[in-house]
Amino acid sequence: MKPAPNLPQQPAGGSARGRGAAGPGRRGRVPKRRPPLAIVLIAVAVSLLGLLPLGYVVVTAALTGWTELSGLVFRPRVGELLVNTIGLVVVTVPICAVVGVLAAWLVERTTIPGARVFAVLLAAPLAVPAFVNSYGWVSAIPSLNGLWSGVLIASLSYFPLVYLPCAAALRRLDFTVEEAAASLGTGPWRVFFRVVLPQLRLPLLGGSLLVGLHLLAEYGAFAMIRFDTFTTAIVDQYRSTFNGPAATALAGVLVLCCLFLLVGESAGRGRARYARIGSGVARAARRRPLGALTPLGWAFLAGVFVLSIGVPFWSVLRWIVAGGAAAWADGVVVSALAQTVLYGAIGAAVTCGLAFPIAFLAIRFPSRMARALESINYVTSSLPGIVTALALVTVSIRLVQPLYQTAVLVIVAYLLMFLPRALVNLRAGLAQVPPGLEEAARSLGRPPAAAFLGVTARFIAPSALAGAALVFLGIVNELTATLLLAPNGTRTLAIQFWSQVNDINYAGAAPYALLMIALSLPVTYLLFAKSRLVSAP
Amino acid sequence: MIASIGIATVLGTSACSAGAPTSPPASSGKPSGSITVYNAQHEELTQAWADEFTKETGVTVTLRNGDDAELGNQIVQEGTASPADVFLTENSPAMTLVDNAKLLAPVAAATLENVPEQYRPSTGNWTGIAARSTVFAYNPKLLSEEDLPASLLDLADPSWKGRWAASPSGADFQAIVSALLELKGEAQAKSWLAAMKENAVAYKGNSTVMKAINAGEIPAGVIYHYYWFGDQAGTGENSSNTKMHYFKNQDPGAFVSLSGGGVLGTSKNPTAAQAFLAFITGKAGQEILQTGTSFEYPVASETDANPQLVPLDELEAPEVDPSKLNSTRVTDLMTEVGLL
Repeated sequence: MKPAPNLPQQPAGGSARGRGAAGPGRRGRVPKRRPPLAIVLIAVAVSLLGLLPLGYVVVTAALTGWTELSGLVFRPRVGELLVNTIGLVVVTVPICAVVGVLAAWLVERTTIPGARVFAVLLAAPLAVPAFVNSYGWVSAIPSLNGLWSGVLIASLSYFPLVYLPCAAALRRLDFTVEEAAASLGTGPWRVFFRVVLPQLRLPLLGGSLLVGLHLLAEYGAFAMIRFDTFTTAIVDQYRSTFNGPAATALAGVLVLCCLFLLVGESAGRGRARYARIGSGVARAARRRPLGALTPLGWAFLAGVFVLSIGVPFWSVLRWIVAGGAAAWADGVVVSALAQTVLYGAIGAAVTCGLAFPIAFLAIRFPSRMARALESINYVTSSLPGIVTALALVTVSIRLVQPLYQTAVLVIVAYLLMFLPRALVNLRAGLAQVPPGLEEAARSLGRPPAAAFLGVTARFIAPSALAGAALVFLGIVNELTATLLLAPNGTRTLAIQFWSQVNDINYAGAAPYALLMIALSLPVTYLLFAKSRLVSAP
Repeated sequence: MIASIGIATVLGTSACSAGAPTSPPASSGKPSGSITVYNAQHEELTQAWADEFTKETGVTVTLRNGDDAELGNQIVQEGTASPADVFLTENSPAMTLVDNAKLLAPVAAATLENVPEQYRPSTGNWTGIAARSTVFAYNPKLLSEEDLPASLLDLADPSWKGRWAASPSGADFQAIVSALLELKGEAQAKSWLAAMKENAVAYKGNSTVMKAINAGEIPAGVIYHYYWFGDQAGTGENSSNTKMHYFKNQDPGAFVSLSGGGVLGTSKNPTAAQAFLAFITGKAGQEILQTGTSFEYPVASETDANPQLVPLDELEAPEVDPSKLNSTRVTDLMTEVGLL
């Protein structure tokens, strides 16, 4: 559902991390000023809004009362869901980690034929929403169901979340360290496991965390193969009771699972330092010939590509042909496309606009508060869309009726879910603009606003666009929150796709699947290109 | 048979003239403007009703699609602020939920006259708009005719473990359970559900259940009749390997579920809302059921079912008061045994 990285570990965020090394020195020169009040107020307001989903779960749980709550939590069904959900995470995350790292190493560090082409192709699964991938697989093999089918589909959808940051990190690594190890007599395999792999710790952990969070949040892909996780069970409860206490109790357990992953990842990062401190330029890596293993490596890359992209594409195209022109005939396809693009564009603009104050405070006025504001939004965005949507439905229906069932509420949900995608990019962009430039413009007589627009805004425009593109990608492929919150009569591509699939009208669903992929592909390519750019040695 | 349809059609046409156009409350005049329909019925069916209604009256109809219990509970939570003008369900329990919350306006008298008494509650706050029958769909290659269960209750037997499917998260199946609860009482319903948790394989959606039976993944399943006919009328790719078994004999498994329609008391356009309900229960609306691809049973304006269907009065359905079916108790019970 959120097929692109949205935490600081993503490749684009790598630049924030990378340039961050130069930060402290610059920070000392920032004159002692107070941040503009409006900026602080917006940042605080957005972050308070971010506390809503978590607050909703806590408050509802408290209001429900322990007796009823424990009855709803400690029952065999929750045990089944826990086994399913944990099993899914425990099996899928390591598979994604192995496939992601191996693929990254093959395309970045070996002379395997077609490495450059594969480097792009293996990022492409991010453009296929997991529920469309699941639809592709179920079309090909209708009997798919249960844990192992879930593992298969989820692994194929989410391995790029590990692959992309690891490939970026491999390009950035200083090759001299590996050469030094080799010169001391370490064999190539041991160099990989003892020198290269430890350096990949952060991107690997970050990517794995994202895989885990996506697994917890995904609804459509697992609903289609009858594999019940907490998220699918919450949706079932929602369908049977709207927002009854059982749904909230399940949401509470799901939130705990998310927090557990977040804490685990942050504990696993360790305190090691990965930045180069020597002077000069890092040495570019030498690619290694695979020799007799070449066919095996090639088969692996080709296999991953065929399974992750080939199968869903083949199914979608097959249904497009089977459905013929009739599936496109009514105006619904066009209007769904228009609504989706509109929601994506407005959501991206609003999210970037509201992320800016937080990024601005974090870079220009770093403080404990600025860090707290930032981290609230990371936690919120890592909660599944269904939890955020339940919170917004309940709060708006009870407290803010005028917002209920409006597009505003949908945009708020997107803001909470995707804010970090804009945040990490804006942060990285801002860090690259020396405040001195803006001050120079002001000392030459420009009013503050003009100085900001003429200098800083122009400098950060590319990163803002990258952030906006990622938010757009997230919105286009979002299903659960959109289903719950959309105003009456709204039909986005994802909503229409899901409605057709539920009627087993796979041919009717194909145009919507194709359009979602078509909208996502350029953004995915941009993401890939950006990860290459920031990681160029 | 054909002759009787002919007669019904003629009768129907005369009934129609007394139907739709005159049925909105007398004082309020011609329907106009727009209405919002909370629609738990099949989107395609309601869209067909809405399109025809818009063509006749010029009233714009906006649908919010969802499931029975989801939309019913949503209306209850929205209370007087609900944007809904009309609520249409697939099954009656969700309608009763809204009625019990005192949120429905009385249905216009002319509309009630369209619908025979057994297809509407005595309160007159909502009305039946269509009906569907429970069936036991099976794959003859995996289950022979003589091994078919005589009653829905037989499926609790351990010999059925892993051999039947249903969609417990759907409102359709929950309505069947509500009938079971009403007919057999809470203790028996709960023990049957507990056995179902052991025996049945849960799918999401009746179509998916039928697809699985057709593919031979599972021998049989409890669904509604019209999924089968709908698929047969299309390509038949999800049903041609399946047959249907009607329990009949007033068995809980012969339950005929009533789809309901009601106008919200808080509707901002009651004239158009009442007119829409009058249209659905009128001849034109019911004929969409008779001739369209929904294959649900018409219940009003003396419209016969599609001739392919087993006539309603031959189904030997158990007598259940639709306004007594309790959706909340059903979801609670299903949550307790772990089906939800």
